[in-house]
Amino acid sequence: MKILLMGNPNVGKSAIFSRLTGVNVMVSNYPGTTIELKKGKMKLDDRLVEIIDVPGTYTLEPTSKAEEVAVRMLEVGDVVVNVVDATNLERNLYLTLQLLEQDIPVIVVLNFWDEIRHLGIQIDAKKLEAHLNVPVVPTVAVTAEGIKKLVSRLPEARAHANKYSEEARWSEIGKIIREVQKLTFKKHTFLEKLEDLSVKPLTGIPITLSILALVFWLVRFFGENLIAYLFDPLFELYLPAVTGLSNVLGEGSIIHDVLVGTLIEGKIDFVQSMGLLTTGLYVPFAMVLPYVFAFYLVLGVLEDSGYLPRLATLVDAVLHKLGMHGLAIIPMLLGLGCNVPGALSTRILETKRQRFIAATLMAIVVPCMAQTSMVFALLGPYGIKGLGTYFVTLFIVWLALGFLLNKVLKGETPETFMEIPPYRIPYFGSLAKKLWMRIRSFLTEAIPFVLLGVLIVNILYVLGIIDWISEAAAPVIVGIWGLPKEAVASLIVGFLRKDVAVGMLLPLGLDMGQLIVASVVLTMYFPCVATFVVLFKELGAMDLIKSTAIMIVSALLVGGILNALL
Amino acid sequence: MEVSLFDLQTGQKAIISRLKEGEMFRKKLASLNIRVGKTIRKITAEPLRGPVVIEIENTEATIGMNMAKKIVVEPLEAE
Repeated sequence: MKILLMGNPNVGKSAIFSRLTGVNVMVSNYPGTTIELKKGKMKLDDRLVEIIDVPGTYTLEPTSKAEEVAVRMLEVGDVVVNVVDATNLERNLYLTLQLLEQDIPVIVVLNFWDEIRHLGIQIDAKKLEAHLNVPVVPTVAVTAEGIKKLVSRLPEARAHANKYSEEARWSEIGKIIREVQKLTFKKHTFLEKLEDLSVKPLTGIPITLSILALVFWLVRFFGENLIAYLFDPLFELYLPAVTGLSNVLGEGSIIHDVLVGTLIEGKIDFVQSMGLLTTGLYVPFAMVLPYVFAFYLVLGVLEDSGYLPRLATLVDAVLHKLGMHGLAIIPMLLGLGCNVPGALSTRILETKRQRFIAATLMAIVVPCMAQTSMVFALLGPYGIKGLGTYFVTLFIVWLALGFLLNKVLKGETPETFMEIPPYRIPYFGSLAKKLWMRIRSFLTEAIPFVLLGVLIVNILYVLGIIDWISEAAAPVIVGIWGLPKEAVASLIVGFLRKDVAVGMLLPLGLDMGQLIVASVVLTMYFPCVATFVVLFKELGAMDLIKSTAIMIVSALLVGGILNALL
Repeated sequence: MEVSLFDLQTGQKAIISRLKEGEMFRKKLASLNIRVGKTIRKITAEPLRGPVVIEIENTEATIGMNMAKKIVVEPLEAE
C-alpha cells in the first residue's frame, strides 16, 4: 500500500513524514524545502506500508512542474493524507476539495493546531469532518501531537469522487468556513510586528545587514573556539601516536610519505605534511568541521524561523537584474554550506533559464564552508584586508556575471509570486536533527574525498606527473595569475576537494596578494567533482558545458585582473 | 475610488475589486486566496521596482510589481 502526503507548500508534510516513518528529512520554514519525492516505510497493523512525501502544490491543475508530479503520484497512490495548514484553512481547502474529487480515499490532517489559538482562530474539527465526510485529525507535527490518532484513523480514509466546478468549489469552501471557523479579536504579537518590520525596506535592510554580520561573527566565533579549545587539543593528544608511527616507518619510504607525509623541519606538520593520517584527518576534522558545524547551526535557525522568504523579498529587485527571483538567494545560502545541496535547491526556481543562472553563479562564485574555513586559516591573519578583498571580489563577480548572463541569455524572468510564512520560534529538536543530518553527510561524503585527494597528491608527486603538468600550465599560472608554478598541484586537487587545495597553498610561501588571487581562482575555476556531478544531473550536458566554459573564462579573467591590481 | 495594488498606499487596507488579466492570472492568485472580494493590507513595496508585500487573512505574499499593477482594489477608510 502507498500512502501519499499531499498539501500546499510549507504546511509541514515533511515533518509529518518524519514522524510517521522515522526517516529524517529536511524540514524548514519556507515553501519548497522538499524538492523531490521522499519515500519511507511505516508499520500499520503488522503490514509495512510505503509513505511518500510529495512536494507541495496549491492545486491539481498541472500548471507547474511540482503540480505535475503531484497529479502523477495520485495515479500510483492508494490513500492520500491531505496535510492542511489550520492557520490558513480557507485556501488550503481548495486542494482538499480537488482531492475529494479524485477517486482515492482521503484523510485530512489539520497541522499547526497549536498556532491557531494565538491567531484568534477557532476551528470545529468535528463539524469540518461532517462537512467533508472524511476523517479530520488535528496535529502538531513538530511535537508529534496527534500523530498516533492519525495512524489509528488511517483505515477510515474515504473516497468521494465529488464533481465541482471551480466556482462551486469556492462557494462550497465559503460555506464550510462560515460554519466551522470563528475568528476572534487577536492582539498583534511581537513576532507579527517583526514580520512587517523585516520586509519594509527602511527597517528590513538594516535588519538584514545586522543578521548577516551576526551570522559571519557567530560562524567565526564558534569555529575558532571549537578549534582552539576542542579540536587542536585533541590532535595534540594524537600527535605522539602518529609521531611514533613516523619513527617506525622511517622518513623517505613510500608508505611513510602516503600515511604520514613529509616532515617539515623534522616534525609532523598537520597542515603541510600531506599524509593520510596527518593532513588527511586534520583538515576535515580540525580545520573544516568546526566551521561547518557553526555554519549549519546558524543556517538552521535562519531556515526554521521563516526569515529566508523575507530576505528573498528584500533582494528580489536586485536579483531580477541578475536574471533570477529573490528566492534564488536560497541556493546561494545553501551553497555557502556545500555547493551540492545548493545546486539541488535551484529547483525552487520555476524556469530553466533561472536555474541555469543560479546554478552557474553558485558554482562559480559561492565558496562552500569547507573552502571558506581554509580561507579563514589562510587569509585570516591578514584581517579585513585579506578576507575582505576575497569576499568583496567574489561578490562583485557575482553581481557582474549575473548582470551579464541576464543580458546575454534569451528569455525573461517571470514575476515573483510567493508565500511568506509567519515567523516561528525554531524547535530545538528539529534544529538538532537537521544539524546532525548535515554533519553526518559532511562526514560520510566529504571525508572520503579528502582522503582520496591527499592520496592522489602523493601518487602524482611520486610519479612526477605534477612537475610535468606544472611546466605545461606555467604560462597561465605564472603569466596570468602571478603564482608560482607549484600552485598547479593545488588546482588539480581542487577538482576533488577545495579545502585540501587551499591548504596546499600554505607551504608555497605566497604573499597576501598571491594568496588572494589563488583563493579566488580556486573558488571560481571549477566546482568540486561532487558538485559537478549534481550540476550534470540538474542542467544536462549542454548547459553544463556552457556553465563550465563561463567558469574557466571568468577564473582566467578575474585572476588576471586581481594579479594586476594587487 | 479604485486604484491598483501598486498605487495603493503602504499600510492601507483595501478590497480587491477586479483583476486586469484573465484565467491563468486569476488562478495563480487564487492559490494564495487572493480573490475578488477579499480584504488585503499592503505591507510595503520594495524599492528599485521591487515587489509589493501584502497580507491577506493569515497569509503574507510577495507579488511582483507588474502583477500588482493588474490587481485593482477599493481602499477602505482608515480605521
